[in-house]
Amino acid sequence: MTLQHDVEALRQIPLFAKFEPSKLKLLAFTSERLSFNADQELFRQGDPGDSLYIILDGEAAVLVDTPSGPITVAKVGKNDFFGDIAILCDVPRTATVKATKALTTLRISKDLFFQLVTQFPQISVEIMRELAHRLDRTTRDYREAVAKLKAMGGSLN
Amino acid sequence: MERSLFRYILKYSKRQQLLILLITGLSLPFYYASLDVPKLIINKVLDAVPEDFPRPFEIFGYGLLDLEQKPLLYTYCGLFLFLVLINGGFKYWINVYKGIMGERMLRRLRYQLLVRALRFPLGHFRKVSAGEIIPMITSEVETLGGFIGDAMALPLLQGGLLLTAVFFIFAQDVYMGIASIALYPIQALFIPRLQRKVNLLGKARVKEVRKLSERIAESVQTAPEMHASGTARYELADFSARFGTIFDVRNRIYILKFLVKFLNNFLAQLTPFFFYSIGGWLAIEGSLSLGSLFAAIAAYKDLPGPWKELLDYYQMKEDSRIKYDQVVSQFDIPGLRDEALLLGDAEGGSFQGELQAVNLGLAEDGEVKIDGVNTLIPLGRSIAIVGDGASGKADLAQLLVRLIDPTAGRLVIGGVELKDAPEALIGQRIGYVGPATSLLATSLGENLTYGLKHRPVREVDYVEPAAARRKRAIMEAERSGNSVDDRQADWIDHGRAAAETPDALTRQIALALDVADLSGEVYQLGLKGTIDPVAKPDEARRVLEARRALPGLLEQSGLADLVEPFNPDRYNTNASVAENLLFGSPLGEGFDMEHLPENDYVMGVLAKAGLTDTLLDVGLQVARTMVELFADLPPEHEFFAQFSFIGFDELPDYQNLVRRIDGGRVGELDRDERRMLLSLPFKLVPARHRLGLIDEAMQERLLAARRAFAEGLPPDLRYAIAFFDPDRYNGHASLQDNVLFGKLAYGKAHGAAKVSELIAEVVATLGLRDIVIEAGLAYPVGIGGTRLTNAQRQKVAIARAVLKRPDILVLNEALTTLDGHAQTTIMTNLMDAFRGRTLICALHRPSLARQFDHVLVLKGGRLAGSGDFASLETANEALAQLLAAE
Repeated sequence: MTLQHDVEALRQIPLFAKFEPSKLKLLAFTSERLSFNADQELFRQGDPGDSLYIILDGEAAVLVDTPSGPITVAKVGKNDFFGDIAILCDVPRTATVKATKALTTLRISKDLFFQLVTQFPQISVEIMRELAHRLDRTTRDYREAVAKLKAMGGSLN
Repeated sequence: MERSLFRYILKYSKRQQLLILLITGLSLPFYYASLDVPKLIINKVLDAVPEDFPRPFEIFGYGLLDLEQKPLLYTYCGLFLFLVLINGGFKYWINVYKGIMGERMLRRLRYQLLVRALRFPLGHFRKVSAGEIIPMITSEVETLGGFIGDAMALPLLQGGLLLTAVFFIFAQDVYMGIASIALYPIQALFIPRLQRKVNLLGKARVKEVRKLSERIAESVQTAPEMHASGTARYELADFSARFGTIFDVRNRIYILKFLVKFLNNFLAQLTPFFFYSIGGWLAIEGSLSLGSLFAAIAAYKDLPGPWKELLDYYQMKEDSRIKYDQVVSQFDIPGLRDEALLLGDAEGGSFQGELQAVNLGLAEDGEVKIDGVNTLIPLGRSIAIVGDGASGKADLAQLLVRLIDPTAGRLVIGGVELKDAPEALIGQRIGYVGPATSLLATSLGENLTYGLKHRPVREVDYVEPAAARRKRAIMEAERSGNSVDDRQADWIDHGRAAAETPDALTRQIALALDVADLSGEVYQLGLKGTIDPVAKPDEARRVLEARRALPGLLEQSGLADLVEPFNPDRYNTNASVAENLLFGSPLGEGFDMEHLPENDYVMGVLAKAGLTDTLLDVGLQVARTMVELFADLPPEHEFFAQFSFIGFDELPDYQNLVRRIDGGRVGELDRDERRMLLSLPFKLVPARHRLGLIDEAMQERLLAARRAFAEGLPPDLRYAIAFFDPDRYNGHASLQDNVLFGKLAYGKAHGAAKVSELIAEVVATLGLRDIVIEAGLAYPVGIGGTRLTNAQRQKVAIARAVLKRPDILVLNEALTTLDGHAQTTIMTNLMDAFRGRTLICALHRPSLARQFDHVLVLKGGRLAGSGDFASLETANEALAQLLAAE
């Protein structure tokens, strides 16, 4: 895998789609390409968050600890990125991420991430957009859940 | 010490000085004779007619045999030559002898000063700094050695020469004699007056320079404070003022010194004027023979020499006297520790029984630190000392190991009156760790065994010629009153550490490291350290076993892809082009990885392999990529340091170069430009940089170049590289790299951590831990131990104290700089290790006293409570206050 491949992969990701090629190349060059075997954990819930991951290939499960054991709350795959909450809000990891298949990621360290954001404002805009999308999706899910709950005769109070 | 320099000289070198005086006295008649012979040649041989011969050959007025004119001339000339040789011989012997004597005296003086510095009460080091003491013992006394050699002999010899010459001139003619010395009284009157002024200035200069060196030492020590406070200008202003003061003093010294010289020269030149005028007149009158006049003038030529020497001697005597007074007064301070206690041996004696303080008191500079402490505690248990910062607990801890002496009362431990115990006894039987420890700038291991070196335990069995050298060294040391102990002897008291053999000692050290919670860290240092395969072939062999075992283990754990092993026949994609080409550790400057394009041999090998143009092309592509990636970044952006092949300041040069080449204006690249481009590909690591520039065909060609590099290596470069050989331990690579024998693969999650776990496993299963620990013990700790962290230094101090198995261990807030976990671990370990022995801890937190058998509560230097924690906790107000404040 060469840098050029990584750049192509990054270009497929909506977050970076509008980037100039040279910036993508810089991002690929300065980030770390990390591979994980199936079942290997990328990080655990509660770990200090030090980096953001972009999946170049493969799949991973997002798990949250509950009193009855960990449950899978989401699956992430090619072109998804995650780990942003922990480094943006400076909180520990909110979930565990575990590879379900052989996984190739680009790991962008916290320092590098903030440098990119301050250096290239368009990244912040793209991240804002992505976060807004997620918020929108979550709010919709929440509304639907509340509606379902009401339909079952319950209440959220 | 002797109050005056001359008393000192007489006390330690009376016999030698007398011998010099005697020999000097013996030399004078020969000198007189050598003056007389020229006169005889002129008067008896030359100033005569042939009819007068044969004439007798005379020595000291005795006629020996009659000779013709020419033979008589040759005989006199032969005699003259003989006398010159004798005089030269005397001078040579006297110079050498007094030189050696002076050096011996200097050695003695330095040694005595140093012993005194070691005897200083510790409080004195708050008043004087190393910056003051160092120049006193080193440079300031240096000139004293030269003077001591001359102290008696010079005035006698030069005075004797002068008197002989004067006497000789008087013997020729009284008026000439008077003329030759007429001006001496004037010189003798003026010179000392001027000299006194010079002396005072000299004194001032010595003081100023000493203050300066103290300030320099201080600013070296407080460099972080200076930088953190941004006070460089202030500091420099201070230095400028000090240099200015020294300049002024020296300025005035020069003016006076050269005035003295001028006067001397002028007066010396005046005398010949008298000579030629008076002597000439006398010769014309016929009352003085021409021979006598020539001889007197010849003798006069010898006068200014000794006279100048005498005057110089006078100046030097004054200089030395001042230096001696000034230096000695700095070392003559009250409260010096008894020398016998410092150096006395400690046979037997141990600290069992009870610890008793009777009206114990300590005052420093009028400030009461410990006040009337009375207590009696059985030993063999753990004792805590608690109190606030001003309670005197630290002072009490220091009193217990007699780092300071009490100013009142007594301290008796196990029946031993502490103030009469030799330091060796306390050093062996009581361990002490203070709040901060400075280590010796040697290996970690030597720092650990430092506590066992009280006296030479086993002398070295020297064989000739070393035995003769050692014998001479002892004799010489005795002559200067120095220590005759052999530094090379085995000083480590193995018995003290309960370890008779070196292996047993290593085991005891390992145990001590465990107690101090330091084993893990030493192990890590050891992995980064190495062993010498020549000195330790067995160990090296066992490390190679680990190297061979590791790949299997990686395979078993399914982690084989974490490491790319070094294989002489394979290109290592996780190593740089330079590493692949050299395939070894560069030693010294010969194959410095940074400067390979400047290395003729390397470039020759690449040219022969036809790689030069290819590498230039790769270099161009790297440069192009770097320019593209980094051109927009602001200067000082940390990406340059972290990621770029090219520093920010070089970037414009590369930018221009790339633009020129891409614009088609390639032309011939000049030497520097080729170097610029060639320096880039050497740093390429295919797996890391992913630029896709080193393809397989190129890897093959680089492999061929690697072989050619090794085969064609010229003899003078053979020791500039240690090749990676699968079957050989590389003494220039770390233990870890020797086991790994490869490169960690880039881009594998948690690769480094997993591999070090596996290495630890291999080390454990093959029983190599001792080897690693020993390599860790060889780690150089740096000046004051600064290559270790604060916490590690404390741990070293604790391990050192544990290693000598003392009866009593005193910890004076020794654990405060450690993290909580380490504090608890070490405290628990110490409690275990010292069960049945005495452990005394001055604690920074009173609640820690809970686990101790006995607690002493101090308040304002007085004992406010003594007993077990449980009862004090409820009943003792002072302890309750301390606990509440925590």
